[in-house]
Amino acid sequence: MDLSAINPVILTASLMVAATPILLAAIGELVVEKSGVLNLGVEGMMIAGAICGFAVAVETGSPALGFLAAALGGAGLALIFGFLTQVLMSNQVATGLALALFGLGLSALIGQRYQGVKPPATARLDLGPLSDIPVLGRVLFSHDPMVYVSLGLVAAVWAFLRVTRAGLILRAVGEGHDAAHALGYKVVRIRLMAIAFGGACAGLGGAYLSLIRVPQWTEGMTAGAGWIALAIVVFASWRAGRVLLGAYLFGGVAVLQLNLQAAGVPVPVEYLSMSPYLITIIVLVIMSSRRGRAAVAAPASLGRVFHASS
Amino acid sequence: MIWLEKRAAPSRFWTVVTPLLAVALTMLAGGVLFAALGKDPVAAIRTIFWDPLFNAQFASYSRPQLLVKAGPLILIATGLALGFRAGVWNIGAEGQYIVGALCGAGVGLAFYPLEAWYVFPLMVLAGGLGGWAWAMIPALLKTRFRTNEILVSLLLVYVAEQFLASMSLGLMRNPEGGGFPGSRNLQQYPSAANPELISGTGLHWGVVVAFVALIMAYILLHRHILGFQIRLAGQSPRAARFAGVNANRLVVFCLGVSGALAGLAGLFEVSGPAGQVNIDFNQGYGFTAIIVAFLGRLHPVGILFAGLLMALTYIGGELAQFMLQIPAAAIQAFQGMLLFFLLGVDVLTNYRVRIGIRETA
Amino acid sequence: MTALLKVEGLAKAYPGVVANDDVSFDIAEGEIHALLGENGAGKSTLVKMIYGLVRPDSGRMVLRGQPYTPAEPRAARAAGVAMVFQHFSLFDALNVAENVALGMENPPPMGHLAERIRAVSEAYGLPLSPERLVGDLSAGERQRVEIVRCLLQDPRLLIMDEPTSVLTPQEVEILFATLRTLAAEGTAILYISHKLEEIRRLCDRATILRRGRVVDSCNPREKSAAQLAEMMVGAKLSVPRRAASAPGEVMLEVAKLSLPSVNPFGTSLRGISFIVHRGEILGIGGVAGNGQDELLSALSGEAIASAGTIRLFGQPIGALGPGARRRIAVLSAPEERLGHAAAPDMSLTENALLTAAIRQGLAERGFLKWPAARAFAQKVIETFDVRTPGPGNVARSLSGGNLQKFVIGREVLQKPEVLVVNQPTWGVDAAAAASIRQALLDLAESGAAVVVISQDLDELMEISDRFAALNEGRLTPARPSRGLTLEEIGLMMGGAHDMEVPHAVG
Repeated sequence: MDLSAINPVILTASLMVAATPILLAAIGELVVEKSGVLNLGVEGMMIAGAICGFAVAVETGSPALGFLAAALGGAGLALIFGFLTQVLMSNQVATGLALALFGLGLSALIGQRYQGVKPPATARLDLGPLSDIPVLGRVLFSHDPMVYVSLGLVAAVWAFLRVTRAGLILRAVGEGHDAAHALGYKVVRIRLMAIAFGGACAGLGGAYLSLIRVPQWTEGMTAGAGWIALAIVVFASWRAGRVLLGAYLFGGVAVLQLNLQAAGVPVPVEYLSMSPYLITIIVLVIMSSRRGRAAVAAPASLGRVFHASS
Repeated sequence: MIWLEKRAAPSRFWTVVTPLLAVALTMLAGGVLFAALGKDPVAAIRTIFWDPLFNAQFASYSRPQLLVKAGPLILIATGLALGFRAGVWNIGAEGQYIVGALCGAGVGLAFYPLEAWYVFPLMVLAGGLGGWAWAMIPALLKTRFRTNEILVSLLLVYVAEQFLASMSLGLMRNPEGGGFPGSRNLQQYPSAANPELISGTGLHWGVVVAFVALIMAYILLHRHILGFQIRLAGQSPRAARFAGVNANRLVVFCLGVSGALAGLAGLFEVSGPAGQVNIDFNQGYGFTAIIVAFLGRLHPVGILFAGLLMALTYIGGELAQFMLQIPAAAIQAFQGMLLFFLLGVDVLTNYRVRIGIRETA
Repeated sequence: MTALLKVEGLAKAYPGVVANDDVSFDIAEGEIHALLGENGAGKSTLVKMIYGLVRPDSGRMVLRGQPYTPAEPRAARAAGVAMVFQHFSLFDALNVAENVALGMENPPPMGHLAERIRAVSEAYGLPLSPERLVGDLSAGERQRVEIVRCLLQDPRLLIMDEPTSVLTPQEVEILFATLRTLAAEGTAILYISHKLEEIRRLCDRATILRRGRVVDSCNPREKSAAQLAEMMVGAKLSVPRRAASAPGEVMLEVAKLSLPSVNPFGTSLRGISFIVHRGEILGIGGVAGNGQDELLSALSGEAIASAGTIRLFGQPIGALGPGARRRIAVLSAPEERLGHAAAPDMSLTENALLTAAIRQGLAERGFLKWPAARAFAQKVIETFDVRTPGPGNVARSLSGGNLQKFVIGREVLQKPEVLVVNQPTWGVDAAAAASIRQALLDLAESGAAVVVISQDLDELMEISDRFAALNEGRLTPARPSRGLTLEEIGLMMGGAHDMEVPHAVG
């Protein structure tokens, strides 16, 4: 074993790459849950985004169009969920599971023809002299554009929820849909928009996996990333800044265990591979065992069915 | 304008009819899907739903497969349905299935090559306990720390899959297997095998246990106070607490039972149809069983039919893959679609569809 | 006086019920107009139509001479109609300023809004700090948030739906002063209530609704409460009777009961002590949200206390769960009928099983005796005159009054030694309320100890032997109900929580 092969600078830089898919999915899910909807189908939307983005990028040769298609695909799938849960008032847990299963099946179906194909490369953003700064340049300023898009999204969601009126209305709908309805807000419409946004973000996250991080298409390639994104929203106590922290922590674990595998640490590969899932569980336990206000940061209407009866 | 009006009481008629309607809609939408893939939709639907049972050429092979596939689905779904009724969401049955199989097979392999009557019963016990123990992790985390059981049970599936890989490549690898991954074939070890009980039917011990579990679940839900408490806790948690139901005990019970049944399903599979522990041992029964549970309306009788139907789509799907080159993934999408339609048409059970003018809402 | 709002022939029908039928009345500027009627008379539907939440089937409205057809609350607010809801339209996890902003069409920036909230709330004697989380406020303070939200929009018509049910008598006085100030400035107020004395003191005119129709209108100051009640109910009501008797032995004793709240916005119980004798009804009053739910949970066994804090005949029972308490005949009926006292989607037979399985022997070695359960449900239905086709019907298909009769009857027929009820007649029509009160009196007379937690002071004065009040999780010492004045009761309930009489015009 050779631990000296692990370079902390590259580790940190690749941590950001490893965290980005989950960060994208989690920030989208945060908005969905803030509106009072629990969409457990993140895994399904991510993998649908992964194949939509991959297929379109391969067919058109443009990664940018690929990401666009991934966002649309994720949002489209999310709107099926939205229609079922918001209009037909189905159980959100069950429908979310259905979405996860359906997304996996559908993506495998579309992906038949793309096994083993190589996608067009996404150019790194050239930030000129910034990228040449020692250490910092490598860590912060030599990534592909999506890394910065994801960071921008986190900032935008933070600002949206905190200072805008639309964000206030979204939070109100999530806190008490009956009260929001009584004040005349369109609960269902607002939630559908949030669901579509969440789906688009998950789709982008999936496409990031298939187009940049891996980059190729394999069935079931999200391997639980969507579920981890859900866990990170809980970890973050429904706060945008903490989603970033959670995703990067997770990215760190994922990259570290890969590095340890490569360095030949005398622990079976399978046990290193299961570590991200185990650590996610441990973090969930720590977060949920806390008492008091922080433990109930969840939006009050989360997961409840809304029916305008008046 | 169309709108929905809540019924004073859930409609019994629609409770029974909606699953059938969902199946019909899925066939229609599936036909469209197959047509989009450039296949003849009628032929595809016939190949999936009709040929496995009635086509002279295939039925002799396919019919026994029906029980082989339905057995684990029904067994797992029965346990899951108890939990879903109580609002306890175990969606990690796939992981419990794997761990049950590993524990059961581990016991069998440890006795190899001893031939004794007690080997198989011990394996069954170990399989059930393995699944139970794996499900106890989310159960205890939920009761001790209020950790969300959905996420924990699901994440543990990935952990279990890594265990499975580790076992089939390491500890349980067949020493006489020429370096290939996978354990000894338990079918060739009579004391540990779960054979076909009546030749040509596909009936094995797992199917028998599945039927027993269904009957027990029916009695529990409809004749026993624990079943009443399960239904009460799922519908109205606060009323359940008022009635004196211990929510934590229900969580432990529901996760424990569903885990044990999933573990048993894994054991019967590994010692029967699959025969050995291997990397690709798990085929997604733990996830499909979620669909079976809902399609069966979380009711034992419904689960029986839903399990058989889902088994049929598996077999028909294989047949369609072979005959019409329809990709295997299409069946997975098909099953997901079925659940969508079911959840969608479910609205008719609790709401009345009204057409006309209404007030703003 | 010119009519500000004219309502002509409004009608609204829901499947199975006619909520409003040919309702006409008008309100003048600066008038305080009462809408009087018992629960289910159609008051709520009527104001929802005025506020744009419900569209009428027929009829029309005219506001300041213009046809008025609000398609949604937003349109109503734009036209100068504001509403303070009975069940508050507030968000616990948001602060006061955010809650106010959500009810306004074009709120100013947060900083500026906070200033205006302070200014307006002080001008009308309703002090509020904009940064506080609404979930931490008392019921009275929460109502202030609603009122201030309305006032910031300079409404021409202010609708108030049962505003005093969450206030102490002193707070009611201050609210009335605020409303009179507003009326003097020309704002019309539509005041919905079934409390006759309040209407007589406050309102200039009253329109009386019964079963969805206007049955009368009058100047309430010229009528006696009894006359108003007769107009409202349409028949003379029998006042509950009881035989005077000397209190018996001490049955239930609660000593220094303290329990932290499990809910972050709930109330913790602090050192609660009281005793109840055989044959006695102890009334516990107090404004909503001062620990009523928590006290019921502690007495029913849903929340476990330390053993010695609750005693039955001297035996500690504080650590027993709900089942164990039922076994020793300590029974209870919570406030929330649907979802707490009863499971909405379960049949009445199953709901009978919910609390009666142990005492009525409805299960044997865990196996349910369905015929026995059905028979018990049937017995409750017959004894308490519950109007339903049969025990197979689900709980939520019953009207509030009928379900409440079922819930109370289910406990009473189990022959409790101690019965604790919370809000036994909340949202129940007058006839059902009278029969429920009579059942509680009869139960006490037969030798049970009864604790009635209620926010309806009239009810408590009518049936209780002694009275105590909950205030922020503390209970005052109990005093004999007979002879208590309204002012004394108000002080027991905590007086006016830091409120002041309005002094200026905003």
